[in-house]
Amino acid sequence: MGLRNYIDKIKPNFEEDGKFAKFHSTFEAFETFLYTPNRVTNRGAHIRHYADMKRNMIYVLIALIPCFLFGTWNIGYQHFLSLGEDVTFWHTFGYGLLKIIPLYLVSYIVGLIIEFTFAEIRHEEVNEGYFVTGFLIPLIMPVEVPLWMLALAVAFAVIIGKEVFGGSGMNVVNPALLARAFLFFAYPSKMTGDSVWIAEKADAYSGATPLGTIFNGGTVNDLPSLTEMFIGTIPGSIGETSKIAILIGAIFLILNDIISLRIIAATFLGAVSMGLFFNALGTTPAMEVPYYYHLWMGGFLFGTFFMATDPVTAAQTNIGKWIYGFLVGAIAILIRVANPGYPEGMMLSILLMNVFAPLIDWCVVAVNIRKRKKRWAAAERRTK
Amino acid sequence: MDKIRIRKGLDIHIKGEAARRTEVFEPTFCAIKPTDFIGVLPKMHVEEGDDVKVGSVLFHDKSNEKIVFTSPISGKVKAIVRGEKRAIQQVIIENDGKNESIDFGGINNPVEKLLQSGVWPMLRQRPFATIANPDDKPKHIFVSMLDTAPLAPDYDYIIENQLDELKTGIEVLAKLTDGNVYMNIRKDARPCVSTWPQNVIITEFEGPHPAGNVGTQINAISPINKGEVVWYCNPQDVITIGKLFLTGRYDSSRVIATTGSAMHEPHYYKTKIGADMTPILSVGDNARVISGNVLTGTNITKNDGFLCFYDSQVTAIPEGNHYKLFGWLMPAFKRYADTNTNGDTRPYIMTGQFERVFPFDIYPMQLIKACLIKDIDQMEELGIYEVDAEDFALCEVIDPSKTPIQQIIRDGLEFIRKETK
Repeated sequence: MGLRNYIDKIKPNFEEDGKFAKFHSTFEAFETFLYTPNRVTNRGAHIRHYADMKRNMIYVLIALIPCFLFGTWNIGYQHFLSLGEDVTFWHTFGYGLLKIIPLYLVSYIVGLIIEFTFAEIRHEEVNEGYFVTGFLIPLIMPVEVPLWMLALAVAFAVIIGKEVFGGSGMNVVNPALLARAFLFFAYPSKMTGDSVWIAEKADAYSGATPLGTIFNGGTVNDLPSLTEMFIGTIPGSIGETSKIAILIGAIFLILNDIISLRIIAATFLGAVSMGLFFNALGTTPAMEVPYYYHLWMGGFLFGTFFMATDPVTAAQTNIGKWIYGFLVGAIAILIRVANPGYPEGMMLSILLMNVFAPLIDWCVVAVNIRKRKKRWAAAERRTK
Repeated sequence: MDKIRIRKGLDIHIKGEAARRTEVFEPTFCAIKPTDFIGVLPKMHVEEGDDVKVGSVLFHDKSNEKIVFTSPISGKVKAIVRGEKRAIQQVIIENDGKNESIDFGGINNPVEKLLQSGVWPMLRQRPFATIANPDDKPKHIFVSMLDTAPLAPDYDYIIENQLDELKTGIEVLAKLTDGNVYMNIRKDARPCVSTWPQNVIITEFEGPHPAGNVGTQINAISPINKGEVVWYCNPQDVITIGKLFLTGRYDSSRVIATTGSAMHEPHYYKTKIGADMTPILSVGDNARVISGNVLTGTNITKNDGFLCFYDSQVTAIPEGNHYKLFGWLMPAFKRYADTNTNGDTRPYIMTGQFERVFPFDIYPMQLIKACLIKDIDQMEELGIYEVDAEDFALCEVIDPSKTPIQQIIRDGLEFIRKETK
């Protein structure tokens, strides 16, 4: 094939003595993007499963496409709704595209430049991790986030959140969430309130998210209907609003064995338990929000399927996953309710549990070690 | 009879199972390869051109002179092949077809008999998978009578007509331990022979691979504690031991299954240990020939095709040295088609996958990482003594990060063995 021959022809230039040796990692990233390598097993097992990290990562991207498409349409829908204009589907979608494409350009250009630079410095292959992180970051931002802020957040998340620990697989917290947390604490006025969730909103229009409504003292009656929240025709971060789109992606990932069902089940269990607890207490308007509303509000569902399940930052042992997931769900609702309507409950809860995940695993493994040592001691007694 | 069901694991289905018919193949050359034995440093007893009989000593292990390795056939030492740093790779014998053999019938002590005839190396120990130390008293001895690896030979078929030899072999093993001899059989396998010594215990195993791995069985029956040693032995080697005690002679016969999608008409051959298989292997171009199975076997394509000492199987599969346009994106219908790695090495990212194919009460990822950083305390605590590299073969196959897990575990075990010697 012509392309293959061309790649083989220019390849020597990027080898150790070639004139573009500096760009070896970059070349390899593009080559392996086009073709899976011809490498064969040379030790250990002679066959390998067809799935590699590239495939796993691309599956996550595919799973996010429904959220991306609906989010893009919803940008336009919310915009024209606030203006009170009635326009066609393509007009709505086109407006959304115009808004979302700059966010993606910034996310990928800034993030990938940093990734490629670090790979060249370390003489490593470029990791696929950023393709997912870079796709997630715009989806969890308000549409009105300034581009320079987004660039800053991406750089912070990739360098401080990931590369200083050694790159993909070594990070402690989820880089995409870190980008959002960075903006939330550095520029709170641009990340909260009623004005950031709808693109070029008409001033008179409310534009509050459901959690924002609760935060400002609203009650259940002020919230959009469950159906609206499920379909996603509400203001919110770009990718989080449509629960249908999220579930389509999630089912795809579960079927392909990419995300952990244990974490998902445990997160729901934690959220429902905490929700029921507050419902029983029921002393403030926030506590009276039925527990099942929490599952459809804000970033809970998106966070559960696409953030809490990040295998690098979640607990790694099977028992640890149950504990980790339960606490993610419970703490998210605790933050939302105890600090009425605090909209970032899910984000903070996942980041907090990311930090505690290694400790959870340590405890789980310690139990296994103790069991083993007891067995050793018993065996020693027998032989004496 | 106990029944144990292994739940975690994975049966890998590939084409090319051996048909149940056995041909006799008398090899022209046989080789004993010191590299088949972990930690053995050979000291030669013969030179090129020397005449040898079946049972003549070829070399011994420098770290234990009692352990000798003998010729599987009679004839002439054709070559002593050396590799890097002049390390001996192969001792090749040319067959004279006379099958003259040394008589070990006069030796009464069973350990001495096994040692001098060169049959002893068939007994291996856990931990470390080295040849058993004749001065040890093992806690137990394990014999796995089933192989669940891909395209594995059917031991029920191989053993069919050798039950007396098997029985004698097991009786010899029963004398070597104060503990038990555990004979582990396939579910529904015909119970081999009726009466056994008191300390022979038969257990039925069922479930996906690695249910047939001796490591899985040891772990399910009596996990190894720190400081303990158990021995294990392959079924065909038990038969060799049985023949030695019945006839006084070392009989290196072995039935081999030829298997794999690149193998023409796969079936069984009756041949000798270390046989040069090249004359009978009709494999396609660009195929890889493996002594053993696709999970743990040795690539012998470029190595003159000599069988490895412990193997009862030869597998041939297509090499995967080709590029695939957008191969990481295309749907994959044949999961295990060839030897392509299907991706490059990455840091460990995915979790929870190894646990599904690893039927031990051990945290595989944590143990792998402990081996990588060579932390002996951590490795011990996480159960390194209970495992061998082969127990991690399935983890290696499914690992999306494409890391050499068996090598990592082997290096970890060797590190401990050398540090604690």
